[in-house]
Amino acid sequence: MLAGRGRFVDDIVLSGMYAAAFVRSSQAHARIKSIDTAAALAVPGVHAVITYHDLPAALRERRLPLFVPHPTLTARMQHALAKEEVCYVGEAVAVVVADNRYLAEDAVQLVEVDYEPLPAVSDCKAGAQAGAPRAHLDLESNIVSRMLSSVGDIDAAFRGAKHIFRDEIFQHRGGAFFMECRGVIASYEASEGALLVYVSSQGPHRIKRALLDLFDLSDTQVRVVTPDVGGGFGPKGSFYAEYAVIVACAMTLGRPVKWIEDRRENFVATHQERDQYWDVEIAVDDEARIKGLRGTLTHDNGAYTPWGIVLPWISVATVPGPYVVPAYHLEMRSVLTNKVMATPVRGAGRPEGVVVMERLMDRVAREFKLDPAEVRRRNFIQPSQMPYDVGVIFRDGRKVVYDSGDYPACQDAALQTIDYGSFRERQAEARRQGRYIGIGIGNAVEGTGLGPYEGATVKVATNGRITVSTGATPQGQSHKTTLAQIASDQFGVPIDWIRVETGDTSKISQGIGTFAARTAVNAGSSVHVAAVKVAAKAKTIAAKLLDVREEDLELRDGYVQVAAIPGSPGAASDNARQVRKSLAELAVVAAGMPGFAMQDGAEPGLENTAYFTATQSTYANGTAVVEVEVDIETGRVTILRLVLAHDCGRLINPMVVDGQVMGGVAHAIGNALFERMLFDDQAQPLSTNFGEYLLPLATDIPRIEIVHLETPSPLNPLGIKGAGESGTIPTIAPIIAAVEDALSPFGVKILEAPITPQRIVELLGDAALGRTR
Amino acid sequence: MTDTRDISVVVNGKSYGRAVDTRRTLGDFLRLDLGLTGTHFGCEHGACGACTVRVDGVAVRSCLMLAVQANEKSVQTIEGLAKGDILTPLQQAFQDRHALQCGFCTPGILMTMAEFLEENPAPSEADVRDALSGNICRCTGYQNIVDAVLQTADTLRKGRDAA
Repeated sequence: MLAGRGRFVDDIVLSGMYAAAFVRSSQAHARIKSIDTAAALAVPGVHAVITYHDLPAALRERRLPLFVPHPTLTARMQHALAKEEVCYVGEAVAVVVADNRYLAEDAVQLVEVDYEPLPAVSDCKAGAQAGAPRAHLDLESNIVSRMLSSVGDIDAAFRGAKHIFRDEIFQHRGGAFFMECRGVIASYEASEGALLVYVSSQGPHRIKRALLDLFDLSDTQVRVVTPDVGGGFGPKGSFYAEYAVIVACAMTLGRPVKWIEDRRENFVATHQERDQYWDVEIAVDDEARIKGLRGTLTHDNGAYTPWGIVLPWISVATVPGPYVVPAYHLEMRSVLTNKVMATPVRGAGRPEGVVVMERLMDRVAREFKLDPAEVRRRNFIQPSQMPYDVGVIFRDGRKVVYDSGDYPACQDAALQTIDYGSFRERQAEARRQGRYIGIGIGNAVEGTGLGPYEGATVKVATNGRITVSTGATPQGQSHKTTLAQIASDQFGVPIDWIRVETGDTSKISQGIGTFAARTAVNAGSSVHVAAVKVAAKAKTIAAKLLDVREEDLELRDGYVQVAAIPGSPGAASDNARQVRKSLAELAVVAAGMPGFAMQDGAEPGLENTAYFTATQSTYANGTAVVEVEVDIETGRVTILRLVLAHDCGRLINPMVVDGQVMGGVAHAIGNALFERMLFDDQAQPLSTNFGEYLLPLATDIPRIEIVHLETPSPLNPLGIKGAGESGTIPTIAPIIAAVEDALSPFGVKILEAPITPQRIVELLGDAALGRTR
Repeated sequence: MTDTRDISVVVNGKSYGRAVDTRRTLGDFLRLDLGLTGTHFGCEHGACGACTVRVDGVAVRSCLMLAVQANEKSVQTIEGLAKGDILTPLQQAFQDRHALQCGFCTPGILMTMAEFLEENPAPSEADVRDALSGNICRCTGYQNIVDAVLQTADTLRKGRDAA
């Protein structure tokens, strides 16, 4: 990586490979009247222009797979290429295959698609109303799912409550914007019926599954490989139309075909998160303790439903967070719009749920004139209440039961680090100097380590080398280091002795992939279980060969040897050198000899495959506290300090976890202050480059202060919880709160995210004039 | 539609003569014609900095520069930084400080920072952040990159003092 020797999909060149470019819909909603490909086909070097009607029959008959169905969902899935209706700008309509990408793009410009424009749904709230245009011609309603999450007696909670506060909150989260856009290469060997696919993904096994189903192929015919991946953050876990189309091109043309997404395509065709409208009210008693919380969420799903209702469901299940909420009643509506699909992006709906709860906590504090930290303290679930049944159902279909965690301690740790106690004095002093500083708190509990499993094979080869293979696929999370570290613990060898193979369906038969902060929990546990078994087997074989007891043996530096006897290190080490067997020797014995029976009927091979299955998600938690300064003239927000205290159970590698946290925090800063995917009222995207859509830069991110708490999870052998999203989830809420706090002398209320300088100036103006809008 | 020109260019100290399409970007020339795939395209509109290489010592975006513009010039890419397996102090600091995660933006950042450190041997943290603000990294939150650059400046300074 550091020397330019990484191998990303676009770096792979296969012999005779063609390049593809897509013709994409320029319309948010339209009927396709005709497609004229003649001029494009006439370009020298162009080999094919393929529309829906040219696709293989298997692909014409099927639609793209729905990953997570749900009984409440009216699913809408797309064809690999649009058939007669396009439902978002960027939807693939045709593909051009040529000698190289330059020629393919020339020809794309020459494909003429005649559209009959149809009314488009741009806003999900408007789209949910009766009489709104339909996002698809055959829909009766744009609302494709209604789901109720309900705990306790909500009517009783509100009936008896003296204090009820209601807020409408708008939230927008942008896309992943990994630096390496998507890409795929397909190569088909017709004589063997063998399909090889290279794809930049978060898990090749699911891509393979989708291809098996779409093309009606058998398991052994398809190998999917994910090489180095330049960031994923969720959307690279989806299956996309382009993958199916490129496979079809390779099959049709008998040549390998490569497609690499460019950044404009990435803005219009890669899944992103988007709009949520929340209308919520909270009932509290005289002590500011929560009695109930109810409301509605209207969620912008985009044009099709590849992940069902996963995203808004997670949002709804996240709202109660670390607080005791005796009664909860949240009605979710997921609405189809004529925009690219909204699917999980780092945090996956959780940051939005956190913003809702934390805004309400701040509202209660303001109404009661209490310290926001104190209001939270009064409502925390206490460690003694663990395991704690929240009552809501998570998207894994199980009840949300927090396994462990100390939420009050986590908040205290963050507050102490930022010197919360002195903040009001500092704030008063700043105001005397004409500076507006503010502070905000965000608490979150995060379901991590989602099932069903992630397997691992641990194998000692006959040369003594140790290999770990897993279906989990890194995109920069240092999985290889983390997993090697877990395995090395069992073998007593340095981590660089262990080779970790990921991202190849030929290395392990089953896999799910990397998302929802699940790899350390699932794959890590599997590596641990498999490595323990392999190490035990090595001891069993060595004990027979050495004629010693298994319990006297240890694994160290590639040998199984008699463990040092306490008190006599010199003698023991001499003894150990004589009485030991190398892992290579043991692997040879384990492989068996032709014509000889296996020793005591042992399974051949010094290897084990484990598929660790978590009984439920494990819940990590975190507190972010943020101090900002707002320039009231320009609306510019400067983050002065940002502390993140978090608890992801046992830390395997603190440097890796810190790296994950810092990256996640930066993502939250983008979501809070910068990132906005804009569409006009006809659902035309308006922000399709990095000049119009702002990502946080080095000058926007403060030095992030991280505090680790370690409450081991009881749910897996290593006590791990997920960490990959822990920086993002609690951190949008406190940034918004801090800006509002800074502007409190002006009475500004902020019930939206992101909050841009322009919007801050607008809100200041409104407040001065006594307006709301 | 294609029009070609002969160019001669020195890349990482090695001379190449090639006939290239006039519209071929320098980045594509490096990646496709010379097989130097360490230079990555992140946006192809000059915003992200991932494709940064040095032309006659100056950091440039190879997605915005045409290959023909590099005629008679000397280009350095990420592949030209290390000497064999010996990393430069900057590359070493990136490794020590966990300053890369997915690694896709890293080549452009290394090339940008290499130029920056030559011109600014004793930068402050604010200087580094400012110089880095033309490169987008989505994974790291920048902090470890900033620390790695500061550590490199320190290492180089100590090296000079000792010499």
